[in-house]
Amino acid sequence: MTTPAQTLGGMGHSVKRKEDPRFLRGKGRYIDDIKLPGMIYMDIVRSPYAHANITKIDASKALALPGVLAVITGKDLDAAGLAWMPTLMSDKQMVLPVDRVVYQAQEVAAVIATERYIAADGVQLVEVEYDPLPPVVDPFKALEPDAPLVRPDREQKNNHIWHWEAGDAAQTDAAFASAEVVVKEDLYIPRIHVCSIETCGCVASFDKVEGKLTIYMTTQAPHAIRTVYSLVTGIPENKIRVISPDIGGGFGGKVPVYPGYVIASVASIQTGLPVKWIEDRSENIQADSFARDYHITAELAADKDGTMKALRVKTLADHGAFDAAANPSKFPAGLFSVVTGSYNLQAAHVEVDGVYTNKPSGGVAYRCSFRVTEAVHTIERMVDVLAQKLGVDPADLRMKNFIQPESFPYKSPTGWEYDSGNYPAALQKAMAKIGYADLRREQAEKRARGELMGIGISTFTEIVGAGPSHTFDILGIKMFDSCEIRVHPTGSAIVRIGVQTQGQGHETTFAQIVAEELGLPVENITVEHGDTDTAPYGLGTYASRSTPTAGAATAVASRKIREKAKNIAAHLLEANPDDIEWSDYKFQVKGAPGRSVTMKDIAFAAYTNHPQGMEAGLEAVDYYDPPNLTFPFGAYICVVDIDRGTGAVKIRRFVAVDDCGNIINPMIVEGQIHGGLTMGMAPALLEGISYDENGNMQQGTFMEYLLPTAMETPVWETDKTVTPSPHHPFGAKGVGESATVGAPPAVVNAVVDALAHVGVTHIDIPMTPWKVYELLEAHGLAEG
Amino acid sequence: MSDEKQRVTLTINGQPVSAEIEPRLLLVHFIREVANLTGTHIGCDTTSCGACAVLLNGVPAKSCTMFAVQADGANISTVEGLEQGGVLHPVQEGFFQEHGLQCGFCTPGMMMTAVAFLERNPNPTDGEIRQAISGNLCRCTGYVNIVKSIQYAAARMREQQAAPAMATAGAEATQ
Repeated sequence: MTTPAQTLGGMGHSVKRKEDPRFLRGKGRYIDDIKLPGMIYMDIVRSPYAHANITKIDASKALALPGVLAVITGKDLDAAGLAWMPTLMSDKQMVLPVDRVVYQAQEVAAVIATERYIAADGVQLVEVEYDPLPPVVDPFKALEPDAPLVRPDREQKNNHIWHWEAGDAAQTDAAFASAEVVVKEDLYIPRIHVCSIETCGCVASFDKVEGKLTIYMTTQAPHAIRTVYSLVTGIPENKIRVISPDIGGGFGGKVPVYPGYVIASVASIQTGLPVKWIEDRSENIQADSFARDYHITAELAADKDGTMKALRVKTLADHGAFDAAANPSKFPAGLFSVVTGSYNLQAAHVEVDGVYTNKPSGGVAYRCSFRVTEAVHTIERMVDVLAQKLGVDPADLRMKNFIQPESFPYKSPTGWEYDSGNYPAALQKAMAKIGYADLRREQAEKRARGELMGIGISTFTEIVGAGPSHTFDILGIKMFDSCEIRVHPTGSAIVRIGVQTQGQGHETTFAQIVAEELGLPVENITVEHGDTDTAPYGLGTYASRSTPTAGAATAVASRKIREKAKNIAAHLLEANPDDIEWSDYKFQVKGAPGRSVTMKDIAFAAYTNHPQGMEAGLEAVDYYDPPNLTFPFGAYICVVDIDRGTGAVKIRRFVAVDDCGNIINPMIVEGQIHGGLTMGMAPALLEGISYDENGNMQQGTFMEYLLPTAMETPVWETDKTVTPSPHHPFGAKGVGESATVGAPPAVVNAVVDALAHVGVTHIDIPMTPWKVYELLEAHGLAEG
Repeated sequence: MSDEKQRVTLTINGQPVSAEIEPRLLLVHFIREVANLTGTHIGCDTTSCGACAVLLNGVPAKSCTMFAVQADGANISTVEGLEQGGVLHPVQEGFFQEHGLQCGFCTPGMMMTAVAFLERNPNPTDGEIRQAISGNLCRCTGYVNIVKSIQYAAARMREQQAAPAMATAGAEATQ
């Protein structure tokens, strides 16, 4: 028998997705599907050099090509005060260069033409003369006194951007001094790129009569972008409309404002015609913002009995030519200071230095933008390094040092207050599911036969859901989020939210929250987002913040409606409001369950029979400012086999136990975890971006930058524990990035574990067959 | 090759589409911008991702790596032609039931590849499915649910194959 909750499709049900019918029929509306009358096209001339002065740009041949309408250069933009734009990190970046380029594939000029192919032809005809300069590629060399200057526009005449630290240096030094064991490791987490299957693009359309600029844009944060656009251009905010259509994957790569958006907007304002700009994949990989690129040195202090005491971390962060990361303003290294992870340490001290190099902007996202992945990689690797040094099982060492369930809320040595957790339960569940003891026996047998098998654990703590606004802002805009709900007279509703889906299924899950709170069926609730003319203001979707912030706003707005509905119920039932209770998705008179009204009855009454003196209608808005972040966690165990003939690492099994608090839609959560695990495995084994000494990018297309296919991706085995967030209105924590954050060290730990018996203590990612084969050779393990 | 425009006629989802086009026009741009069928997507420029996969005379083809003139006279099937008479194709139904899509961008190419594959192999193993879709990249799902979706479709298609056969057998039995 179906329960009322199942009929409604409320919390905890695997409701099929409301967005799927259009996607399954090819009726999604992605950016390149938008076609406006009179639309023209833009394509971009890019720099072949990583660092060069521009001595001449000759557009005459391009302009002579029939169909080419204009060629826009930095000098044109400079005249309008738009050659530079602010980044989200209080730096500035070039929209188009006036006299020099600072990374390969940088935008140099834009060709506007009547047709897509003619714009591309025009790009070939723009003649640019460069005078190459020595590039800064290595971030360590960037800090040397004689290093070429990446950013002579700054007052500060070196390549150092900022220094940031957290924790207590003196306490940490003292803990290290008294520790019996110290392990130290250099960890490099290379540049990677999100590569959502849809690239970035926009259609900018300026209406000269209305003076209004409408921009359809692949953006995860439409409202913030409208505000920045208004501040930069002086166009009143009501005359700018940013619309995020269906987004073909974001993962953080669609948070920044890329030069193409701005140039297309300028072109539309100049021509009065809609201008479409769509990146090629190669442009997307080579020029759009990158993630990671952290050079980390970590030290972990402990006693011989395995009691972990303190952590010291120094990091050089390669930010490329512009500090265009998307971190909260006060956190140039994001939330990296969550690096003490799931363990109860006495002290920690973390230092990060940001550095400019001649590369595209780094420090953006790869399904985690706030440096939590780097933090988790550091601590989860170091725990294994310590276990290896002490000769103890890494599971036992984790169990010994976990923050215990009764210690929450837990104050970390770097100042975070973890809301809730039960780390031993998650690890025990993962170990039982994968059969940990049996695997260890199998490994010993195989090792005796010369076979290479490894088991790797990661027991990570995530930190998501920014705000709270007292601490978190982006360019001064506080990191709350919002929801507006209107219940129609016949009991259906429209819900508008300040966050922006890119595949997470918000049209379904946010409807489920309202269904649960109001007792209205999920199919009668429409969720809208992404249009700044209609949706309430919010900071957008990234950093797993939608459910913790806008999800909370949706619950609170629903509860405001329910409060008003209670008074209407009292009126309809001719009872005192104090005698009315919400039970089983309807209002009833206490002690008289037969006397009840549904939300549908109340909605009708709100417009046809509301009590005199009460405002008509049934709607509410909430801007939710979370009191704290949320701290999802998980325990992952990975089993690998290594081919001694090729160095290929095969993930045989991967068990992921996740705890994201209370779950809205189990089907969608599992899907998020599957995707996150794949984007965690990918940089561990396949993906990585490097540059040669001239600053040439070496993985600029899908031929060299290898996304996992179904062949490399294992069958993910998932399970869960549920530890609700005590401060979230329905106990949820967020899940989008957990698996991407937690998975990489599980894979590395497994591969190192397979080779630990010959003294391997660390391998940098990506652990490609070539890299692993070289290690096998060095240790006499290679075959063939 | 001449730059002069050429007339090509393709049959897309059973409908003839004819146009004067430049010889360099890619098939995917013909489908998206001449025939206005935007369900077929573009995800890369190196024939790697499969977002543009369509069926060319029943065989999967990456339409970003063919000129439309090369497809002159061909039968093209795209995602828009999968639903018949208001009934979803079993592959579409499978992706819906098994949560085989998230952002939906790779989905049309993935489904077209699956449709052709199941014609060839109606009773596949999971491993065979993974191999069949290895030219289609998905960044959201981690493929597990895509494999389940295609197995769901395979089962439905086998049922549909069996159902008329059983009906015939039943009719024979009553004679």
